[in-house]
Amino acid sequence: MIPAAPEQRERAPETENAPPRHHPLDSVLRSEVLPHIWCPGCGIGVALGAFLQGLDRAGVPVDKRVIVGGIGCSSRVVYYARADTYHTTHGRAIPFATGIKLANPALHVTVFAGDGDLFAIGGNHFIHGARRNMDLLVVCINNFNYGMTGGQSGPTTPHDARTTTTPSGNFEFPFNLPQLAAAVGAVYVARWTTLDVRRLRDCFTEAASRQGFRFVEVLAPCPVSFGKNNDIGSGLDEMDYYRGLEQIWGSAGGLPNRVEVREDGDLSGTEISLHRPIIVGKFVDRPRPTFLDNYRAVVTARRKAP
Amino acid sequence: MTEKSPVLTGAHFMLGDQACAEGAIYAGCRFFAGYPITPATEIAERMAERLPEIGGQYIQMEDEIGSVAAVLGASVAGVRAMTATSGPGFSLMQENLGLGFMMEVPCVVVNVQRGGPSTGLPTSVGQQDMMQARFGSHGDYQAIAYAPSSPQEAFELTIQAFSTAERLRTPVLVMMDEVVGHMRERVVIPEEGKRTVLARRLPSVPPSEYRPYRVGDDLVPEMALAGAGYSVRMTSLTHDELGRAVTDTATQAVLLPRLLRKILEHREVYEQYELRHAKDAEVLVVAYGITGRSAAGAVEEARARGMRVGLFRPKTVWPFPTEAFLRTARTVRRVVVAEVNMGQVALEVERLVAGRCPVARVTSPGGEVFAPERILAACGPERVAQVRA
Repeated sequence: MIPAAPEQRERAPETENAPPRHHPLDSVLRSEVLPHIWCPGCGIGVALGAFLQGLDRAGVPVDKRVIVGGIGCSSRVVYYARADTYHTTHGRAIPFATGIKLANPALHVTVFAGDGDLFAIGGNHFIHGARRNMDLLVVCINNFNYGMTGGQSGPTTPHDARTTTTPSGNFEFPFNLPQLAAAVGAVYVARWTTLDVRRLRDCFTEAASRQGFRFVEVLAPCPVSFGKNNDIGSGLDEMDYYRGLEQIWGSAGGLPNRVEVREDGDLSGTEISLHRPIIVGKFVDRPRPTFLDNYRAVVTARRKAP
Repeated sequence: MTEKSPVLTGAHFMLGDQACAEGAIYAGCRFFAGYPITPATEIAERMAERLPEIGGQYIQMEDEIGSVAAVLGASVAGVRAMTATSGPGFSLMQENLGLGFMMEVPCVVVNVQRGGPSTGLPTSVGQQDMMQARFGSHGDYQAIAYAPSSPQEAFELTIQAFSTAERLRTPVLVMMDEVVGHMRERVVIPEEGKRTVLARRLPSVPPSEYRPYRVGDDLVPEMALAGAGYSVRMTSLTHDELGRAVTDTATQAVLLPRLLRKILEHREVYEQYELRHAKDAEVLVVAYGITGRSAAGAVEEARARGMRVGLFRPKTVWPFPTEAFLRTARTVRRVVVAEVNMGQVALEVERLVAGRCPVARVTSPGGEVFAPERILAACGPERVAQVRA
């Protein structure tokens, strides 16, 4: 998603033999509203691409896809994805999506939002959505700061990181999102960076095939706000930074091809700090009856009761 | 096993809160999301009991913010939805009520009012949220608010609220109060189909031609539901006819006036009021909700004493029935506004009277209903004194 340099664009051949200027995801994008609003080097587009490919591979029909966003850069995916899409209020995407899912359980409902939206103002809705095991796929683009408002600190800003509201370094501790999601009952929990495009795509395919509250954290570069304030550099530099620190959960180091889920459920050590390894992978994959499973069971039992 | 009718046709002795829930069910409401709060809890309890047996969905949310959000979500997926709360919860609901007005999502929000501010008087009556109903969410919008004065009317006006919400694609408020909510009276539920409940208009064109916010003369867009193949796009941002976020002044200048006109130019859909002894009245009492009943007592007593006092009781408080009020008040020499607050709807009445005659306020900090004598005394103390002498 890093845009081509202007001179390369100009050199693109315009003859009738030129390859069609279609994107492989055109059928699942609202390509008529492109270009998007994201900054050069932003990771959200990569995450969206992986998400759409993942849903395609999972066989989720386009007219059964619902995507609900809150407010912020990440929630803007609702404009570009072809689906029934709702751009709601800050932090409230999960309860809005809850209403949709309960009104029409045949729909595949995804919440796509940022770390500030989901875990600061929307934190309460997140933990209760997971507790209920509401059948939602929740995708959090974590760029460690509030990007749309220009780079303020948030609930995931690493300790010591600089933002416009922590000019001398963040003196608060961040959430460890996978640990939080696992603790409150999510049935599927994974974290990848936008460097892991194929792993991310496969993760979405897998998550889309599960039922219940599924949580995918995507670490995404935000060079214009977070990267700049922390001397990380461009979006590419931030990807490089991930490459240097990334370590797959449960592996001794490096990036093995197979991802193992550690069964002990202990996610301590997966918190993110600026200079320690970033642990990625699939952390939780366990079935549990959903809200609707339990609701239906109770209603059926009551009908049968004399 | 035969399917039971969802409607409990017959005469009942029930709480106003329960009657409100039954009105919702009668109107086809099959989704309720809420959070317990006195004095509205009995609505949630009734829905939790009733909805599962009629194929509906009850969910208790983590707060009132989530409750309205879930109600909006259910509605965009095609299920009639409601939530109910009281003052503190109503404050939390303002945010997503605004989303409902902006996205044009039909739903019903009930506020069983108690005394405030803040936690205030949880178990006793107030009518202190009337201006919040009108102006509580940020930005310009037009709210529609009903105020029932009895359990039977709670039943009827909740049906009406759904019908209005569906017809005009907008959230509609039912501003009850603690006494109406907690009083137990005879409620007669008619057979299914005896009350008209309008339905939202679904798209009349195929997906390729559908424009989510295109309107005709009636200013109400057709509504495609989630999952119907229309690739619906709805946003809280200022948007164009296609539902695209376009945050410029030109788009805002088309959208916002339409949202207001859509409500104000359809008064025939929602406007209701009651007149009592109003034809020859020299003094006109304006009161709504439970205070409407105190005022009715005051008016009857005044008539018994030979005073020409009448009642104007808006059942639709917002938008205020302006024309009807001005017509009724044309020849009166005094207007009295009674409400269990320190003067809220009185501001609107004073604006309409515009100094043409005195407007007396009968106010209360909350906690109890007015004795009719309080209202009677305001109808002209000197005249009352005369009659008494």
